[in-house]
This record gives sequence, structure tokens and C-alpha cells, in this order.
Amino acid sequence: MMELVKIIFAAVLVNNCVLVQFLGICPFLGVSKKMDSAVGMSLAVTFVMALATAATWPIQYFLLDPNGIGYLQTIVFILVIAALVQLVEIILKKYMPSLHKSLGVYLPLITTNCAVLGVCINNITDGYGFVASIMNSVGTGLGFLLAMVIFSGVRQRIEHNNIPESFKGVPITLIAASVLALAFMGFSGVIDGIFGA
Amino acid sequence: MGIVTPVLMVTVVGIISAIGLTLAEKFMAVPVDETAVKIRECLPGANCGGCGFAGCDDYAAALAADPTIAPNMCAPGGATAAAGIAAVLGVDAGDTTPKVARVHCTGADGVHKKDMEYQGYSTCAAAKGFFGGPGQCKNGCIGFGDCVAVCKYGAIQVVNGVAWVDKELCVACGACTKACPQALIKLVPQTSRVWVGCSSTDHGKITRQVCDAGCIGCKLCEKACKFEAIKVVDNHAVIDTDKCKNCGLCAKACPRHIIHVIPRKPVAPKAAPAPAPAAEAPKAEEAKAE
Repeated sequence: MMELVKIIFAAVLVNNCVLVQFLGICPFLGVSKKMDSAVGMSLAVTFVMALATAATWPIQYFLLDPNGIGYLQTIVFILVIAALVQLVEIILKKYMPSLHKSLGVYLPLITTNCAVLGVCINNITDGYGFVASIMNSVGTGLGFLLAMVIFSGVRQRIEHNNIPESFKGVPITLIAASVLALAFMGFSGVIDGIFGA
Repeated sequence: MGIVTPVLMVTVVGIISAIGLTLAEKFMAVPVDETAVKIRECLPGANCGGCGFAGCDDYAAALAADPTIAPNMCAPGGATAAAGIAAVLGVDAGDTTPKVARVHCTGADGVHKKDMEYQGYSTCAAAKGFFGGPGQCKNGCIGFGDCVAVCKYGAIQVVNGVAWVDKELCVACGACTKACPQALIKLVPQTSRVWVGCSSTDHGKITRQVCDAGCIGCKLCEKACKFEAIKVVDNHAVIDTDKCKNCGLCAKACPRHIIHVIPRKPVAPKAAPAPAPAAEAPKAEEAKAE
């Protein structure tokens, strides 16, 4: 149990997928303008990450590894994740129209999001078991949520400031993102401090 | 032999996904409202929100669901969109006079006096919140361009400190009319060519002191108008575009020269009744008078 809590904490803070691993930068910069869309996007990502892990982990261990074709990991994972997200969209549209309405715009966006693929591959490379993999995915998703929420707050503050003409728009956003990433460097080693090495 | 297994494997995974998706699409397809799709095709897809709905899709869905909603609320689409929607729904298209946004202030830089050098957040709304804005006229254009920021068509610019609408580009979505904290921008019919360049609610004496392009509410225009189309309301002249015949008599009668008549044909090559020249005109007159 302690192990799982540790995995989640590590995924949210220490190995934050956006700010430390630099995965999923596209939605991080693209959808972080408004708080509510940032939260919607992050929840969709978290959901898809957990689902994708649940699908790709068995594929790796029961399909690819026994046949000795582990090197096809990336291509098979992309295929499966893309199909899965589309399927989820169709199902949501049919049975949960309200959820589809709030997540709908973001679902196609994250079909081939590198953060989703990244977390699936990381689960395999880190040698996590099935439950630990799911925990890691949820944690990574929550880390994404944290980064998005913080950054959308930062961006809302930026918008109402006098910024030199040449820094307006994307440049100041990138600078803010890099400062935020630096701040998250401070979390490295924090897990050992909390839970003991 | 080595290549067969992986190729087969990936193909099988792909085929399984494809079959799954096809089946899902088939059995869980949500019937889409054909009417909404047809209506959506009539709309320009600008998603400006001028109709009061969240976007073109939303307006189309609302129209399809509720036939009592007026089909003529899309300003960018104009008469074409309204006619198309009316045809789909089988209702009357309604009134679709093409409109244009117009800024009812000509108090450009140098024309009106300032209270302060405002250095805060450069948005009109923020400036307005700080003692009513930097100008001495608390009803005039602040000139930070909140309207410019919301215009999706690049139809508004701030010229000499006053917003100016390019009527060639304006689609009358009305976004600027909501963004202006001074409520200076109004949608008027495109056929209306006479307009009052002031919305000040101050008394004539104060208006005269703070701005050279201010309406003093003298009512000479009211007397000059033969159609009862211009009235002084809240200390400034307001034109009723339904009654106005664009004769321009009020403009001739105005002692402050703030009623402007847009030439019937656009002046080649570009119709630009920019506030700058319009606002400078009374200034020159004033100088002569003194």
C-alpha cells in the first residue's frame, strides 16, 4: 500500500510529466489559457491515461513479450491508444452526453498525446506491475492537472500585466513555463524525505 | 520468417481495433438532428456569439429544437443566412436590415481634456474603474481598445485615441457594443448615414469645458429636423434611425459640428470618416470664431 502512495506522489511531484519529463507540452501551452478548460482537459487526460495503461500493459506482457517483438511497443501502443480513445468517445456520446459535452473537445486532441503514450511506455520500462501501473498513470494525470491549474493561474496573471512588446504572447508564456519547471526541480528527492529511503 | 510475426501481429491488432470501432459506430451511433446540420450549413461559422448563443453550432441546435427562436439573429450571415434558415424551418425570415457598429464619440486626443496620466492596466474597463477614466469627460472613448481586442474581424482600430469602425469589415456581431464600458458603440442600420459624435451625459456647460467635440444639448438639431428623428436625451442628441431620412439638416444646424454625415458614395479609394479629421474640423472652426 505504501508503495502505491509513493508511486502516486512521485508521479505528481517528482516526475511531473509536463514540468520534469516535458511530455504533453502541446496541451500544456495550448489549453491553459482558461482555468475551466484546463481542468477539463486534465481530467480527460487522466481518464485516458488510466484507460490506456489498462489496455497496453496486458498487450505488452501477453502479446508482445511472448512473441519477442517488444520493439514494436511504440507503434502498437499508438494504434491501441488511438482506437481506444475513439471508442471511448463513441461510448460517451451515446451513454453520457453531458460528460461527452465537457470532455468531447479534448478527447480527439489527446488521441495521440505524447504524455499518454509516454506514461504507458514508462510503466513498462520501470517494470511496474498492473496495479502499480494504473496508480502511476493516475498519478501522472493528476500531475498534469496540477501543472495545468498552476499554469493557467500564472497565465491569467500574465495577461493583465504590462509586458514588453517583444515578449507578448508565446515568448512570455514559454518563460513562465520554464520558471515553473525550475520550481518543480525543487521536488526532486522529496519522496525519500517523506517516506524514508 | 522473422518479419512475418510482427507484421501479422500489428495487422491483427489494427484489424481488431477497426472492427471494434466500426461496430461501435454502427450500434452506438447517436442520431444527429438533420435540421440542425442543415441550419448549421446556412451559418457562416464565425462563432462570434453575436446571436447570443455559444457559437454557430449552439445557435443551430437551439433553432432546430425551438422554432420560436428568431432565424435572423446571425449578423455576419445577414439576409442570406436568415433566408436559408427560414427555408429549412419553413418560417418567416424576419427583419434583416444589415447593420454596422458605430462609435458615438469623437473626442480624440487633443480634442478633450484629461484628468490624469493613467498608467495602470491598459484596458478601458480598468481605466474606467479608476475615477471613471483618464479623460475629464467620463462618458467618452477611453481609447485602450477593449473593443479592438474583442473584434474577431479586425474591423475596429483606435485612431487618435478614439475607436473607429471600418464599416467594410464590420459584420455587426455586436461584440464591441458589449465590451465598451462606456457603451459608446451601437449597432445602426448600414443605410443610416447621419450620426452624432458624442454621448456625453454632462450638462452643456461642463461638456463645453472638457471637450471640443461634445454635444451641449442646445436642441438646435431638434428644431432643424423635419422628421422628429433627432432628440436630445440625457444632454446629448440621439438619432432615431427609423425616422431619420439622412437629409443632414441637423448636421448643418449643429453649432458644435459634431453631427456627421457620411457621404452617400464611399470616397475613393477608401471610405474613411475617421474621427481624426471629423474631430479636428470643429476645432478649426472654434479657432476662427475666437
